[in-house]
Amino acid sequence: MTDKSKSLPSLTRRATLAGLAAGGATLAMPGILRAQGESIRIGFPTPLTGPFAAEAKDQVKSAELAVKLINDKGGIAGRKVELLVRDDKLNAGEAATRTLELIEKDKVHAIVGALSSAVQLAVNEVTRAGGVIYVSISQSDTINEIKDFSRFTFHEALNPHMTTAAVAKHTFKKDSKVAYLVADYAYGHEMLRGFKRAQQAIGATSVGEILHPFGAADYSTFMPRLRSMRPDILCICNFGRDQANSVKQAVDFGMNRQSKIVVPVLLHNQRLAIGPEAFEGVIGGANYYWGLEDTIPAAKSFNDAFKAANGGAYPTDYGAYGFSGVYSLLLAMEKAGGTDTDKVIAALEELKYDIAKGSQHYRKCDHQSVQSVLVLESKKKAEMKNEADLFKVLATEPASETILRSCAELGFPA
Amino acid sequence: MDAELIAMQLFSGVALGAILIMVALGLSIIFGMLGVVNFAHGALFMIGAYAGLWVASLTGSFWWGLLIAPITIGAFGMLIERFLIRPLYKRSIDDPLLLTFGLGYVLVEAVRIVFGSDGIPFQTPPELAGVADLGIGFFPIYRLFVVAVVAVILVLLWLGLEKTKFGLIVRAGAKDPQIMRVLGVDISKVWLLVFGLGIGLTALGGVLAAPMRNVNPEMGSLVLAEAFVVTVIGGMGSLVGAVVAGLLVGVAISMTALFAPEMATIVMFALMALVLLVRPHGLFGKPVRG
Repeated sequence: MTDKSKSLPSLTRRATLAGLAAGGATLAMPGILRAQGESIRIGFPTPLTGPFAAEAKDQVKSAELAVKLINDKGGIAGRKVELLVRDDKLNAGEAATRTLELIEKDKVHAIVGALSSAVQLAVNEVTRAGGVIYVSISQSDTINEIKDFSRFTFHEALNPHMTTAAVAKHTFKKDSKVAYLVADYAYGHEMLRGFKRAQQAIGATSVGEILHPFGAADYSTFMPRLRSMRPDILCICNFGRDQANSVKQAVDFGMNRQSKIVVPVLLHNQRLAIGPEAFEGVIGGANYYWGLEDTIPAAKSFNDAFKAANGGAYPTDYGAYGFSGVYSLLLAMEKAGGTDTDKVIAALEELKYDIAKGSQHYRKCDHQSVQSVLVLESKKKAEMKNEADLFKVLATEPASETILRSCAELGFPA
Repeated sequence: MDAELIAMQLFSGVALGAILIMVALGLSIIFGMLGVVNFAHGALFMIGAYAGLWVASLTGSFWWGLLIAPITIGAFGMLIERFLIRPLYKRSIDDPLLLTFGLGYVLVEAVRIVFGSDGIPFQTPPELAGVADLGIGFFPIYRLFVVAVVAVILVLLWLGLEKTKFGLIVRAGAKDPQIMRVLGVDISKVWLLVFGLGIGLTALGGVLAAPMRNVNPEMGSLVLAEAFVVTVIGGMGSLVGAVVAGLLVGVAISMTALFAPEMATIVMFALMALVLLVRPHGLFGKPVRG
C-alpha cells in the first residue's frame, strides 16, 4: 500500500520532469531528443496484503534493486526505468483488474509479478489478451502447457515439476512410504502431482494424501491420521504461513521422530517466522539461497547490492525471483534497444543470463527459465553462524532441459 | 478405521475447542451483559499473543507472559469500555459494533507498525515441550496443558458467577439492568469489569494459542470468525452455550478432518446454518428482548 502511494506521485513528478527536459531538449538540442524518451514502466502486481505478504515484500525490494542497478548505469537506451507496484491481495480478480489498469491507464511496457499459481494464471490471461510481455515469478506447471501458453509470457520461477523432481531425488528412496498433507488449491495440487510422478519413478509408495483447506491455522486434527499412516516421509505441500503452521504443529505432534519432513519449497521467511527448532532437519527445494555466494560470484554481487540497499538484510528465495524476473527482462530490453514487444520477446528467447544463481536461459518452446534447483536442509540452532544462516545446501540440480518436461509432452509441435 | 484413531480424533477436537471457548466466552459475556457485539475481539486475541510474547521475552519466562498479558490487556479492555464504548450505550446497537470493527483494524495496523507483518517465533515453553502417550495415541503435552488451563478457568468462572455477590449482580444485571439501578447498584462499574474480564479471557486465549501457531498480526481474524460461529451456535449471551458449542465445533472440525479433510473449515458454517434453521436463537440462547 505504501509502495502504491510512493510510486504514484513519483511517476507523475518524474514524467513531468522528463517531459520538461524533453521539451527543453527539443528547442536546444534536437539531436538527443530520442535518447531522452519516455520512461520504461514495469507493472508489478504482488500480494502485499494477505498470508504471502512477507514473500511479496521481498519481491518488491528485490525488483526495486534490479531497477535501481539499471538506472544507475544510465537506464535503457537513455530511458529511465520505473516500477509500478500494485497490491493484488492474493486474489485472481483483483490481480486481473490491477493488471488491466496497469496496461490501459499506466501504459506499462511489461508486467512482472504475482505470487500464487491461480493469480498468476489470471495475470497471464490479461497480458495474453493485451499482447503485453509478462514475466511470471511464481511456481506453476500449467503455465508451461500449451493450453495456457502465451508467447508474451516468460516463466522465471521454478515449476512444480522440476522442484518436486529435485527434492524427491534427494529424499525419497525405493520403497519409502510417503504421506502427503496438501493445501487444497492449485499450488498444492501441482506439487502433489509432481511428487507422485517422481515417487513412481523412484519406486516409493504413497500411504495417504490429505487435502487441507487453504489458510488453515490449526493442523492438529490432521495429525492422528497422518501418524496412523506410519510414513517414512511426511511431505507437506503448502505455502506461506500455512507452511509455518503445519510444520510447527507436525513437530509438536512428534511427527519428525517417526518421519522425515519434506516440503516442496523451503521458505526463508517462514523459517524465520517459526524459528530453527521446529524446522530442524526439514528438507525442501529452493530457487535461491544467499549462501550460494560461496561458490557463485553473481550471488555474491546480488547479495552485496541487496544488503547495501536494504540496511544489511539478506535477500530471500522469493525475493530473488523479483530481482531476476525484472533484471532479465531489462537485459532483454537493453539488447532489443527499447520496448518493441516482438524485439524484446526475440531478445528474451536468445538471452543467456547469470545475475544471481548461475547461468539461466528461457527455453524457446514454453519460455520456462532453465535454471538450477537447490535442495536445502534447515540447520540446527547450534550450527547457525548468524541470524540469516538458515540452511545447508544438500544438493544442486544443475540447470538443464533434462529436468523439465519435454516440449512434446507439454503439447508443443516438434 | 480403528477405534483408537477415532478416539484420538475426538480428543483433538476437544483440545481445538478449548481455545475457541476462551475467545467465544468473552464475546458472549460482553454481548449478554452489555449488548455490544465486539468486533475487536479477534484483534485483542492477537494483542494478547503479542503481549505474552513481549513479556516472556523480557522476563525470559513463558509463565510471566501467561499471567501478566491477560491482566494487562484486560485492563486495556476496561479503558476501551470506559472511554470509547460507554459514550455509545444510549445509541443504537450498530454504533458500538462499528466502533469495535474500526478499532480492530487500528489495533492490527498498530501491531504491524511496531512488530512488522512477518510474524514472530514463539517457542513452546521447554517444560511443556514434547508429546505424551495417552494410551490411544500421542498428543503434544502443551495442548494437554491448554485444555487443563481452560478447564480451570471455566471452574473459576462458574464459581465466581454462582457463589459470589459480584456474580449475583452480574447475573441479575444481565436479566434487567434497570432494576439493578433502582436497587442502587452502580451498573456501569459492573459493565466495566465484565468488559475487562471478557477481553482478559480472549487475551489469555491468545497467549495460549501463541506457541501452537505463528504469532502474526492477522492471527485474530480467523479466530474472530470461528468465535462468532461458536457464540451463534451456542446462543448469543449464553456462557453454557459458548462452552458446549466450542466443544461441538472443535469435534465437528476434527471429525470432518478425518473423513473429508478439505471440508474441515467449511463444516462449522454448515453446522451454524443447521442450528439456526432448527433453533434461531442458538442452542442455549433466549429470544432477544424488546
